[in-house]
Amino acid sequence: MATTQFRYSRIPAEAEALREEVRQFIRENLRDYPPSLRAQSWMGFDAAFSRQLGQKGWVGMALPEQYGGTAAGPFARYVVIEELLAAGAPVSAHWIADRQSGPLINRFGTQAQKQRYLPPICRGESYFCIGMSEPNSGSDLASIKSHATRTGSGWVLNGQKVWTTNAHHSQYMIALVRTGEKQANARHEGLSQFIVDLSLPGITVRPIRDLAGGEHFNEVFFDNAQLDADALIGTEGKGWDQVTAELAFERSGPERFLSSMALLKTLIDALGKTPDALQAREIGRLSAKLVTLRNMSLSVTAQLAAGEHPAWAASCVKDLGNGFEQEIPEVAQLLVEAEPRQEGGSEHARVLAYLAQMAPSFSLRGGTREILRGIIARGMGLR
Amino acid sequence: MRELFESTIERLFADLATPEYVLGCEGGEWPTALWAALDDSGFALAGAPEALGGAQASWNDLYVIARAAGRFVAPVPLGEAILANWLLGRAGIEPRTGSLSFSADASLQLRKSGVSGTARAVPWGRHVDALVAVADADSPSPSLVLLSRASITGHALQLNVAGEPRDDLSFDNAQVLACAPLPAGLPADVLHLGGALLRCAQIAGALHALLAMTSGYASERTQFGRPIGAFQAIQQQLAVFAEQAAAANIAAEAAFAEAGEALAAFSIAAAKVTAAEAASTGAAISHSVHGAIGFTQEYSLHLFTRRLWAWRGEFGSASLWSQRIGQQVCEAGGDGYWALLTGQTLAPHSTLGKTA
Ligand SMILES: Cc1cc2nc3c(=O)[nH]c(=O)nc-3n(C[C@H](O)[C@H](O)[C@H](O)COP(=O)(O)OP(=O)(O)OC[C@H]3O[C@@H](n4cnc5c(N)ncnc54)[C@H](O)[C@@H]3O)c2cc1C
Repeated sequence: MATTQFRYSRIPAEAEALREEVRQFIRENLRDYPPSLRAQSWMGFDAAFSRQLGQKGWVGMALPEQYGGTAAGPFARYVVIEELLAAGAPVSAHWIADRQSGPLINRFGTQAQKQRYLPPICRGESYFCIGMSEPNSGSDLASIKSHATRTGSGWVLNGQKVWTTNAHHSQYMIALVRTGEKQANARHEGLSQFIVDLSLPGITVRPIRDLAGGEHFNEVFFDNAQLDADALIGTEGKGWDQVTAELAFERSGPERFLSSMALLKTLIDALGKTPDALQAREIGRLSAKLVTLRNMSLSVTAQLAAGEHPAWAASCVKDLGNGFEQEIPEVAQLLVEAEPRQEGGSEHARVLAYLAQMAPSFSLRGGTREILRGIIARGMGLR
Repeated sequence: MRELFESTIERLFADLATPEYVLGCEGGEWPTALWAALDDSGFALAGAPEALGGAQASWNDLYVIARAAGRFVAPVPLGEAILANWLLGRAGIEPRTGSLSFSADASLQLRKSGVSGTARAVPWGRHVDALVAVADADSPSPSLVLLSRASITGHALQLNVAGEPRDDLSFDNAQVLACAPLPAGLPADVLHLGGALLRCAQIAGALHALLAMTSGYASERTQFGRPIGAFQAIQQQLAVFAEQAAAANIAAEAAFAEAGEALAAFSIAAAKVTAAEAASTGAAISHSVHGAIGFTQEYSLHLFTRRLWAWRGEFGSASLWSQRIGQQVCEAGGDGYWALLTGQTLAPHSTLGKTA
């Protein structure tokens, strides 16, 4: 792995041409959506808005037309999602399906699975969640214990997932579970992925409140849930490889550095047009970082589009990006005397209160800082 | 063109700019053999117009030359000559063969009687045959002047922290070798922007070499019965270094790719801020991982780290460029922020002119 794997790639003109249309759409549809809600970024849930995006053809842009996608290509999709994120649009309903589950099904699914799952994803009506973490398996994902066992007609699923974002809103979970015995010398063997219909008997979803009182993630229990044979996605026993392929999509997108965008904007407004030297310097420093992160992220998009496997580069984007997102609430408090306010106060004070509380999660969700750096070190041949 | 440039220049540097040679040039030695080889191969004219004898390479192609100069910490004003010749070519002046440098910080007046004033911090100023600078003239737009070493009337010799010459040269009614009005569309601080651009690429190159050297060392050096690279604390530091080196590389490459005909200020500013931070972080981690051996003159680590410490501040520190970006961002306001960042690739004209 070399740092020169990051090559600068400009967004092609035909993708760039979409930008103004997306901005126009956001101006029209989110006119009265306040910064304090925009601060939720890709945690903001609005089913109607997701459906509207589906109608515009802005969900499933990476998916083939025969399944309802627009096959517009990765850069067009990039323009759309970065505009939505930069504006703080409520995209959480369809976010994971669009980013991760749809492409996974398209890549590993059977014809029948694609026909069944992809069209509603592209309409912005079908939501997915990711069932990886378990109570005793966080960073050490290969140690999961939930398991599916073959029956005559399909599979029976038992176990528990936790921290599952949006499980309480989603129709489906893509769950990584054990289908074979764990072997001491081959920990990554015997894992498989399933598309689990969360409305099935034997499945219980319970929201877990986060530290700010919000309900985003859940615990999910499987108690002898009966799955059809075609719930298996991809190859039995190859779940680890499939998950690894997915992670490059999960870790390199603009959502890994734009989570605090709403605050950066209210901060800039709070400073006004004549910042002092320290204020100008810090805003400039953050902006330079943001421009560079965006170029890094676009470079990973180009690598993915070229069929490369940029897991290493994606880890770099996420780790640097999370540091950037987490720094913004700190810098905001360094530059402006405005106490964070949960209630009352200015919009800036409320956005600050929200993001100061959310910031620790940025470097946990999707893989922790230490795990990402471990992947980077492995790519350098150190482990 | 880019691949050919890169392979040719890397071979040339690998042969001539060895660590011993680089060290030997510190303190202000002129790299006679290295410059002669570069002069022969015509690299200094790479960015000048074909009609005037150059190769007319774009900044996008020139990136790999400047980065290679950084990888080998080449003790030679190659980037300086390329930039100076590019600018001469833009102004319709024939590029110069022979050693050439520039001043980005000049207070020079061009009068009928000649050029007077000081050209500060000229890389290898004491040695080069000629230098380029922007001078005030009795006209609305400033002038580009080409001055000969023979007309220097005074100097203050200076070395940066890596022992590279950065000399102040003064002139008193000096006759110009050539002059022309600064072409329309180019900001008066074009050489400051260009200098910053070059240093970004050199930093990216030096970080690349330094990272390879440091992770290589971590795999070889054994303590407690294991290579030190097997310790997680070391791995995590090297991962941070790799992220920073990657950031510096792509930021520099973006700045070159977007430089265009007028040296787009926004991406250069962003690249210099990114590269300067990466230089500080990378140098610190590489010393930490190397232990005492890296603190010796014999071991070549310092050839890279001391240049990173020099280059991060040359042609504007991270603070200076951050402040300029911040000023512009605040003027655009929160609503205009994202459009400013995403539009910067489309509007190449300098809007970050000197504020001081
Ligand atoms: C907001 C949020 C949303 C999430 N959404 C989802 C979701 O939708 N689906 C899902 O499956 N999961 C989700 N997660 C879970 C997330 O993936 C885990 O939190 C993460 O993988 C870390 O696991 P853990 O919390 O068990 O921490 P642990 O793994 O226990 O780690 C605790 C600390 O120990 C460190 N550590 C662990 N192992 C090592 C090691 N080998 N070397 C060095 N340090 C180590 C970690 O880096 C961390 O600092 C979400 C988490 C959050 C916070």
